[in-house]
Amino acid sequence: MSVDPIITLRGVTKVYGSGATEFQALKGIDLDIAQGDFVAVMGPSGSGKSTTMNILGCLDVPSAGELLFKGHHVETLDRDQRALLRRRYLGFVFQGFNLLSRTSALENVELPLLYRGEDKQTRYDMGMAALDKVGLKQWWDHTPAELSGGQQQRVAIARAIVTSPDVLLADEPTGNLDSERSIEIMELLTDLNRNSGITVLMVTHEPDMAAFARTIVHFRDGLVERVEKGLAG
Amino acid sequence: MLGTTIILAFRAINRHKLRSFLTTLGIIIGVAAVVTMVTLGNGATAAVREQISSLGANVLQLRPGQGFGRGGGGPRPPDFKPADLTAIQNQLTGVRAVAPMAQSSGTAIYEGNNWSTTVYGTTASYFEVQSWKVTSGRLFMPEEEESGRPVCIIGNTVRTNLFQGGDPIGQRMRIKGVSCQVIGALATRGQGGFGDQDDVVVMPIKFVQRRFTGNRDISQIMIAVDDAYDTSTVQQSLEDLMRERRQIKAGGEDNFNIFDTKQISDTLTGTTTILTQIVGAVAAISLLVGGIGIMNIMLVSVTERTREIGIRLAIGAVAGEVLMQFLVEAIVLSCLGGVIGLLIALVASWAIAPLMQVPFIFDLKVNLIAFFFSAVIGVVFGYFPARRAAALNPIDALRHE
Repeated sequence: MSVDPIITLRGVTKVYGSGATEFQALKGIDLDIAQGDFVAVMGPSGSGKSTTMNILGCLDVPSAGELLFKGHHVETLDRDQRALLRRRYLGFVFQGFNLLSRTSALENVELPLLYRGEDKQTRYDMGMAALDKVGLKQWWDHTPAELSGGQQQRVAIARAIVTSPDVLLADEPTGNLDSERSIEIMELLTDLNRNSGITVLMVTHEPDMAAFARTIVHFRDGLVERVEKGLAG
Repeated sequence: MLGTTIILAFRAINRHKLRSFLTTLGIIIGVAAVVTMVTLGNGATAAVREQISSLGANVLQLRPGQGFGRGGGGPRPPDFKPADLTAIQNQLTGVRAVAPMAQSSGTAIYEGNNWSTTVYGTTASYFEVQSWKVTSGRLFMPEEEESGRPVCIIGNTVRTNLFQGGDPIGQRMRIKGVSCQVIGALATRGQGGFGDQDDVVVMPIKFVQRRFTGNRDISQIMIAVDDAYDTSTVQQSLEDLMRERRQIKAGGEDNFNIFDTKQISDTLTGTTTILTQIVGAVAAISLLVGGIGIMNIMLVSVTERTREIGIRLAIGAVAGEVLMQFLVEAIVLSCLGGVIGLLIALVASWAIAPLMQVPFIFDLKVNLIAFFFSAVIGVVFGYFPARRAAALNPIDALRHE
């Protein structure tokens, strides 16, 4: 795996608050995410892994240091420019599924395409293709309330990959699922990583799930403690 | 981008049908109230104008004294003389018909029935000035006017009260103790601005002067202006003529007044227009309250949908798109409310107008303004919640419980 990094962090710090309530969440992170990698981010709560994920996902900017995406500086972009970058290159899967309620699976999956300005037919075709990829094609018209937890998370993954992103960011994607469903989700992510060439970044605190990754990054006290090869690597 | 946000707005409204309906209820009621009030008000104005035009168009009324009263202190201004009437007929241009009037009141008796009414002494010209016709019988003959014969033409109220269903023509009735023959019955005019116009007995002026008022004074002269002439010009020359005849010095005040029925018409329609505007303004306040209702629900909606906003921002919606989404949603809601309100107003004013005995007049301008106003309310009251939604931080919004 000796390809150019798709995301690079250089001396990244993040400070919340100021004065007496100042809290340094990140104390200088250097990290390269290689193109096509499957990275699991681990660490106890408060270790800075979520903050790092937010910065890697261009949802947040570092207080100091550099964030490069495909060699371009992101820390200087404004809010809307970062939104356009996310729209174009990134896909997100959240712990709580975060689907729109009372909205069919297909409409949920079509959401990012709406913001891309795709027409109705294209949205339908791409949305159905994404649902097919996660094995939920026949459930397209069901609302989240009518789907199981595992199915909801697969809809969320379909929404994240419908735009064929370069990077998929997943924040504890199996956090709310039992072990059987968790393994299904991990197999799905592994498949997307191997066969669709999507770089996957995943936060987890379960070693079983981290084992699916090629690279495991351990955080502690706002610093990268160590980087190790996963079983899949 | 606008097309997308309109789709999103309709989806959001469709997902919460009941809440959307309740949100927009204020606008529905507001628009319906404003448009119904103004439509009915316009109908009332038209009805008043219609009633007044029945008094006779382009008619000048010449009376002694200032205004309706006979003046405060000082000697009572004299009534007009027969020579004044002749002068007006001969010296004034632009006059179509002139009718002198002497008024009295008393009881009319026919067989066992009696009825207290007003007696007008005048000439056949009176009916021309008033554009008033007899439904049966005839008007005064010149020789009846000339010698002041005891003949009378009765209004419909007098006719129903004295003769019930019977034919009054040719019958003899007594008025103020004097016998007279009924020669004509007048068409119904209904309630006018000054009471029941049909409660009247009209007789030759010479008879009324001789038997009732006891002098040859004329208390009022009615002048119909020829359509080819300007009423105000005729009014001015009439004033000049009367000042000369009543020997009023330059700078002295008139001791008579000339009333233009068009003026009364303008005054009364002006009053109903003002009333319409006041009622409309009160209703407009309810529209404003409706707008605040929309803002209220939209603010709640932004809080309730914080996670949704977080998702949208995370997957790449720019702030402007989230702002537009909520703004368009508010505008669509208030416009829908506006349309429903207009439909309700249409049905309501169409149904109520006959009950109020006013014509139903559909005024496109009023409807368009009300609709435009409801859209503006959507923009104004939707902007604040929308800006709040767009300003959310995606990370915080996603964590929101």
